[in-house]
Amino acid sequence: MDDPKFIDIEGVEMVFHTKKGTFHALREIDLTVRKGEFITLIGHSGCGKSTLLNLIAGLLKPSDGVLLCANREIAGPSPERSVVFQNHSLLPWLTCYENIHLGVERVFGKTESKAQLRERTMQALALVSLTAAETKRPHEISGGMKQRVGIARALAMEPKVLLMDEPFGALDALTRAHLQDELLKIVAATQSTVVMVTHDVDEAVLLSDRIVMMTNGPAATIGEIVDVKLERPRDRVALAQDARYTEYRSAVLEFLYRKQAHPAKEAA
Amino acid sequence: MNAMLKPDSAEPAAVAASAAPTRRPRRPLAANSTARARQQVSATAMKIVAPLVGAALLVLVWQLITVNNASFPTPMVTLQEAIKLFSDPFYRNSPNDQGIGWNLLASLQRVAVGFGLAALVGIPLGFLIGRVQFVGSMFGPIISLLKPVSPLAWLPIGLLVFKSANPAAIWSIFICSIWPMIINTAVGVQRVPQDYMNVARVLNLSEWKVLTKILLPSALPYILTGVRLSIGTAWLVIVAAEMLTGGVGIGFWVWDEWNNLNVPHIIIAIVAIGFVGLLLEQALMALARAFTYEQVSN
Repeated sequence: MDDPKFIDIEGVEMVFHTKKGTFHALREIDLTVRKGEFITLIGHSGCGKSTLLNLIAGLLKPSDGVLLCANREIAGPSPERSVVFQNHSLLPWLTCYENIHLGVERVFGKTESKAQLRERTMQALALVSLTAAETKRPHEISGGMKQRVGIARALAMEPKVLLMDEPFGALDALTRAHLQDELLKIVAATQSTVVMVTHDVDEAVLLSDRIVMMTNGPAATIGEIVDVKLERPRDRVALAQDARYTEYRSAVLEFLYRKQAHPAKEAA
Repeated sequence: MNAMLKPDSAEPAAVAASAAPTRRPRRPLAANSTARARQQVSATAMKIVAPLVGAALLVLVWQLITVNNASFPTPMVTLQEAIKLFSDPFYRNSPNDQGIGWNLLASLQRVAVGFGLAALVGIPLGFLIGRVQFVGSMFGPIISLLKPVSPLAWLPIGLLVFKSANPAAIWSIFICSIWPMIINTAVGVQRVPQDYMNVARVLNLSEWKVLTKILLPSALPYILTGVRLSIGTAWLVIVAAEMLTGGVGIGFWVWDEWNNLNVPHIIIAIVAIGFVGLLLEQALMALARAFTYEQVSN
């Protein structure tokens, strides 16, 4: 699509200063993301993929280098780069509706009427097929539903970029597959730019335009990037027979388990 | 490859998973209802019989003590006195001769006022201390220094400042209630999960929204624990404070009955004080339960 450098990461270094000393998490990260592109970050645990996501979100500040989004430096968190958290992070004292409305109100509250805000919130709930759960609290719904509310909350703010930190990691395989399909539909409909952290090879190949594979930490960096040239819409059942799918898949597996074989004692 | 499943088959699975918990309890109930009933009977026995045995033992020991000690009233005498006392708890003969009900209410009122003022000051201060590190470091040492001081040590200061017994007693309650409330509120605010704070940052919520939608609900269980501890201490302290200040109140009443050498009344007062304290504790526990949100994992 239009802007080839919608997200532009240049020479980013990340060093954490902890009580035990300094920890060099990321080095020499250079990456550009096109507008409307779906990127997944994959790597072994501890490779700093979540750190990179948090840097794009603005939740962390880089030790060196710059991150740009739409030609503006990422100075802090913002609703235009909304995050779907790994553990959904819904506020347990608010209903599903209120959880989504909180963000909607913040982004559109100054320019739109109450009815319009309500309309937006209900649309977001409908987008993830949870209209019926409007008045339920997070502890009354299943894990998959919670994650869907988390996605709805992020999408309702009409972000420029959707950042997802292992959004389906804690779900069972069936629910995960179902949500992946829903996400594909939503992304196709909203033309969102997505950066997603995952540790699931199938998920990465199924969803991404490009798979960014990270080397092992400490001082992790981008190892290889796989261009997934599978046409959309993608159908997981048809793809299972597709030779190209298998090829992409083994390319990622090759990288993860041959080139970056994790020491067994540290493997999660 | 188990993620590669038909989307059609995934949907009903997700629906079934969410419906299952409502169905589950029925089955085991039907299967071993007799075993469960038996279990319930023994559980109730434990709940009712055991405390009764304990109470009976206490009365027995008490009775044995009175055998060789004429100045100590027997349980029977005390019970008769209690019946007399509680048959008319709200009489008023003179400022120094009022029913036990009035005395208890007077003490409760002092606790309520002192405690209410402490909550008004302590909870906002706790929020500041928990939220702003500088304020926390500013007040930390002072709180650590003053917290172990008996509230009764503050009574003379209260008398000096307020020139009157009643506000001085309230002042002691205020002092003893404020520490648990400050500390627990501050801890509650500091322990707000980082996830929620990240949500606040990504949604770019205003400080007011952060306070009302995230900090307050998240810290509320901690605040209520502070409230419960405060009320408990306040109820302990009021009896002692009133013994020193006089007037109407259960503490003063105990001291007055001691001067009258009316030991049965003192024992009755001890039980009544314990009973009121227990009620306060239970009420606040129920309140805390109502406002504790499940920390949802997944």
